[in-house]
Amino acid sequence: MTTVQTPPPGAPSRRLGEVIIEALIVLAGASTVIIVALIFIFLLREGINTFLDIPLRQLFGQRWYPIEGYFGLLPLLVGTALVTVGAVLIAVPLGIIAAIYLGEIAPTWLREILKPLIEVLAGIPSIVLGFLGWVALAPIIQNLGAPTGLTAFTGSLLLAYMALPTIISISEDALYAVPKEYRDGSLAIGATQWQTIWRVVLPAARSGLVIAVMLGIGRVIGETMAVLLVTGNAANIPAFGPGMFFSPVRTMTATIAAEMGEVAQGSLHYNVLFGIGLILFLITFTVNWLAARLVGGNGARRSRGGLL
Amino acid sequence: MTPTRRSTALLTLALLFTLAFSAGCARPSDSVDAASGASQRAIQNKGSDTMVNLALAWAEAYRAQQPDVAIAVTGGGSGTGIAALINGTVDIANASREMKDGEIEQARAKGIEPVEHLVAIDALAIIVNPANPVDRLTIDQLADIFTGRITNWQELGGDDALIILVSRETNSGTHVYFLDEVVRKGDSSIKDIFAPQTMLMPSSVGITSEIQRNPHAIGYDGLGYVTEHEKLIAVARDAASTYVLPSVQSGADGSYPIARGLYMYTAGEPTGSIADFIAWIVGPAGQQIVADLGFVPLPQE
Repeated sequence: MTTVQTPPPGAPSRRLGEVIIEALIVLAGASTVIIVALIFIFLLREGINTFLDIPLRQLFGQRWYPIEGYFGLLPLLVGTALVTVGAVLIAVPLGIIAAIYLGEIAPTWLREILKPLIEVLAGIPSIVLGFLGWVALAPIIQNLGAPTGLTAFTGSLLLAYMALPTIISISEDALYAVPKEYRDGSLAIGATQWQTIWRVVLPAARSGLVIAVMLGIGRVIGETMAVLLVTGNAANIPAFGPGMFFSPVRTMTATIAAEMGEVAQGSLHYNVLFGIGLILFLITFTVNWLAARLVGGNGARRSRGGLL
Repeated sequence: MTPTRRSTALLTLALLFTLAFSAGCARPSDSVDAASGASQRAIQNKGSDTMVNLALAWAEAYRAQQPDVAIAVTGGGSGTGIAALINGTVDIANASREMKDGEIEQARAKGIEPVEHLVAIDALAIIVNPANPVDRLTIDQLADIFTGRITNWQELGGDDALIILVSRETNSGTHVYFLDEVVRKGDSSIKDIFAPQTMLMPSSVGITSEIQRNPHAIGYDGLGYVTEHEKLIAVARDAASTYVLPSVQSGADGSYPIARGLYMYTAGEPTGSIADFIAWIVGPAGQQIVADLGFVPLPQE
C-alpha cells in the first residue's frame, strides 16, 4: 500500500501508545489459550504414566481400590455418567421451559423480578448446596424408598439446580435474539402462540439452546464438592435398570478431591489421579467440540452475533 | 493533550494496573512463608482425623501451661499427615496406624528418619442404628459383611433388608486398620478388600450421620466419636469367645478385640519444645485428656 496519510500532530507518541495497548490486548487474549495449553501439558506430564504403566485391561477393571493397587476406572466413569445423565435429564427440560416462560410468556414486570432471582441461584457456592443436599435432600430420598439417601439421583438433583441458572439465562438470551418479525409473521398467518413458540422461535434459537445445554453439561461434569457430599462415594457399578440412579456411586471429580491429599507425590496413585483429571479434561473438550459441531458454522456465527 | 490521547493514556494506565495487581497476588504467600520462618516456636501438627480432637485438646491444655509454645493442629487423615512429614511440611504427624514400610522408605529417600511415639490407645467401635435388632457379631461375620459375602441383615438375625456399608475414606488410618484387622482378620495372607458398594465417607461425622438416619447401615468409628444416637455392637474374636462391648476398660485390658495404638511421628528424635510436648502427652496430664475424650490411656508404669 502506498497511500500516504498526513500524520496528525503528536502522531509518533500516539502510535507508540497504540502499539502498547494492542500488545496488552493480544497478551490478555492469548493468556487464556496459553494457560489452557499449560494446564493440558501439566496434566499430560503428571498423568500420562497412568496409561503407560497400567495395562488397559486393568484400567477398564471393575474395582477402584488404589491403596491395594486396584486402578479400575470403570466404576468412576459409570458414576460420573449416571450423575451427569440424571442431572441433564432434569435440568434441560426444566431450564428450557423456564426460559420459554421468561422470554415468551411472562409479563415484563415478572420477568424483571424472576431473572435476577435465578441468577442468585448461580451465586450459591456448591459446597453450601452440597451441605443442604446432605442434611435436607438425602433423608427425603431415603424416605422415598431408596436403600440410602446418598445416591446418584441425589447428586443429579443438586447438580441440575446448579446448572439451571446457566441453562435458563443462555436459553433466554437465545430466544431474545430471535427477531420479532419471526413471531409477528407466524402469528399473522394464523398460528397460535404455542405453535409460534414450538415451530418458529425454538428452531430459530436452536444454536443458542445447544450452547446453553452444553455449558450446563460442562458445569455438571466438573462439579466436585456437592457430589462428594451426597453421592455416597461407593466405587460400585450398579445393576443396569432404573434402580441404578438410586444407588451410591463415586464420581471422578469426588475421587480426585477425596484422595489427592493422601498420595505421595510421584507415586502411581498420584499419577492415576492426574490421569483421571486428563480424562475429565478430554470429556469437557469433547462436549465443547460437539457443541460447536452441532451448532454448525453459520448458525454459530449468527447466534453469537445476536448473543455476545 | 487531546481527548483521544488522554483516554489512550487512561486505558494504558488501567491495563498496567491490572497487570501490576495480578502480579501482586503472588506476594501474600511469600510473606506467610517469611512469617512462619520467623516464629520457630509454632509446632506444626497434622494427620489422623480420629486424633484431631485429642490433638486439639492436648494443644490447648499445653498452651495454657506453656504460653510461649504455639501448636497448629490440622486433620486430613493419617496418610495425609505422614505424607506431610515425608514432604517436610510438619513437625509431628498424627497417625492412627503404624507407618507402612513403603512410607518409611519414601521418608528415608528424602533424608528423614521417622521416629514413632505411642501416645494413646483407641478402641474401634462397630456401630449401627439404635432401631437395628442385631447387637453382637464375631470378627468372621464382620469380615463377611464388609466384603459383601453377607448382604442381608436377615442372615444375622435382623430385618429382611439390604446391609448398607459405611466406611471412612482410604486415606484414613481407621480404614487401613479396619481392613487389616477385621476385613482380613489380622491375617496378612488374606487379600480381601471392602465390597465395592461400601460408601466411603470423608469424615467421622459422615459415618455417624448416615448411621443415625439409616436403620440398615453399619459402620465403624473411634470409640471417642460414638454418641448415644448410635448403637454399639459387642464383638467376639470367634463364635466360641465372649462378646465384649468397647469401652476404656475393655480397650485397656485387651478383652475388646478391635483396639489399636494411636501414634505421633517426628522426623528424627525430637528435640527442644517438640520433645517437651510429647513427653507431656505420654505423662499423666496428657493421658488424663485421653481418658476424658473417650480414648484409652496408655498403661502408666
